[in-house]
Amino acid sequence: MMLEIDNLQVSYGAVRAVKGITLAVDQGQIVTLIGANGAGKSSTLRAISGITKASGGHIRFDGRDITALPAHAIVALGISQAPEGRMIFANLTARENLAMGAYLRRDAAEIDKDIDYVFAMFPKLKERIDQPGGKLSGGEQQMLAIARALLARPRLLLLDEPSLGIAPILVRTIFEKIVEINRELGTTILLVEQNARMALSVAQYAYVLETGTVRLHGPAAEIAVNDDIRRAYLGEH
Amino acid sequence: MSELLQQIINGVSMGSIYALIALGYTMVYGILRFINFAHGDVFMIGAFVGFFVAPLMVPLVGGSGLAAAVIIMLVSMAACALLGVTIEKLAYRPLRSRPKLTVLITAIGVSLFLEYGGQLVFGPDPKPFPALIPSTMIVNSSFLVLSSNSLVVIGTALGLMLLLRYIVFHTRMGTAMRAVSFDHRAASLMGINIDSVISFTFALGSALAAAAAILYGSIYPSINPLMGLFPGLKAFVAAVLGGIGNLYVAVIGGLIIGLLETLVTGYISPIYRDAISFAVLILILLFRPSGILGRHEAEKV
Repeated sequence: MMLEIDNLQVSYGAVRAVKGITLAVDQGQIVTLIGANGAGKSSTLRAISGITKASGGHIRFDGRDITALPAHAIVALGISQAPEGRMIFANLTARENLAMGAYLRRDAAEIDKDIDYVFAMFPKLKERIDQPGGKLSGGEQQMLAIARALLARPRLLLLDEPSLGIAPILVRTIFEKIVEINRELGTTILLVEQNARMALSVAQYAYVLETGTVRLHGPAAEIAVNDDIRRAYLGEH
Repeated sequence: MSELLQQIINGVSMGSIYALIALGYTMVYGILRFINFAHGDVFMIGAFVGFFVAPLMVPLVGGSGLAAAVIIMLVSMAACALLGVTIEKLAYRPLRSRPKLTVLITAIGVSLFLEYGGQLVFGPDPKPFPALIPSTMIVNSSFLVLSSNSLVVIGTALGLMLLLRYIVFHTRMGTAMRAVSFDHRAASLMGINIDSVISFTFALGSALAAAAAILYGSIYPSINPLMGLFPGLKAFVAAVLGGIGNLYVAVIGGLIIGLLETLVTGYISPIYRDAISFAVLILILLFRPSGILGRHEAEKV
């Protein structure tokens, strides 16, 4: 297993956001975490990246315990994230945002190649490349956030709510690109989504989180036809 | 008319020294959102490093001259960069997650430590700062007195500011500084080591303060352990004048304070020289707390 999370707990003061989550992500897969607001999905991703410290449990990447590592060291191991709310540097141009994604890399020629790759993937970014990040639309910022995370050349890409706050037509494009990244680059993806239908359509495996615990997990195709899940998360009766 | 021109030249050279110090305040504020009140005392240490290094130049490069002045400035800048990094590591870093007020009080403590530690080590009496820049008159007429001193001060300060601008806007580390100043967590998600960027910022700001001290010593060649207090406070006023956190407006703020001070000295009375800066501070804080050119920044949650 590439990523193994064992009994993870995350607390914000007295609030326990994650109450013992155990999950695994196999190399080459797209795995999704779905669930309602406050289920602990984003907290789990933040703990993996090290920007929120776990209050209990273990996170292992390639068998190595990364639970206590600082965030920048986790990026160096090959995990990058397009975080919730996109966290684009509004004061930096789109190009500088991409450069920051590649901060730990020294292979200038390969970085240029990767920038061409993300331009081909999101042509809109190329037009906006010299604009400050803060001037980009929500959808453009989301593309930039994904492109920036890709520039780290991650082996594991964490995507937190890529569909949040963007136009429905763009949501489809972004999900197509997620599949493309996984197929073409072989990048393993852990996808957090409230849009369960979309997420289940691209993932191979899914975990359903509820109030900080794993309620159910299984192959995405099975979760998608589970009656309880269809009622609770897919809006079907 | 000629007197006005004279005052303006003096004001700009003093102002460019304030600007160099103000840049340190503003860079640290940009990244940590706190005022490093020990910054003026780092400036003082810079002057003393210059004072102690200058005699060593005699066997090395034959005393005074351009080579000596450049070496003294670089040594002082390096020493203060190290001092700035050390202060941050020992005094501020352990308090990173504490309320800003705690760090602010600590900064005042560090400031007092340097001022009174300085009196203990260097002695409280003023010492003559060596003349590093030969003060030849470039223009010396009844119309205008222009010494090489003020030109060297303005030129050096300008050169350092352009260098800083290059570092901040065109290098990987500078871009990381701007990323960290916008959002620490997002920056760490890029693989940026926040602690290294903060150390680098303190090194940069402290080195500029040291350079300012060497230039200051060439205008007021008398140094003492409390000399950092007023220039430090005035540079702080310069930094808040334009709206703290922005490099360009810190420079403009420094020039405004320098000019204002010189003009008040020349046309009203030297008695008000120091008062004018603080009057400006009070007015700014009362009427435009985010600076004349600043925008209101929403408190970050």
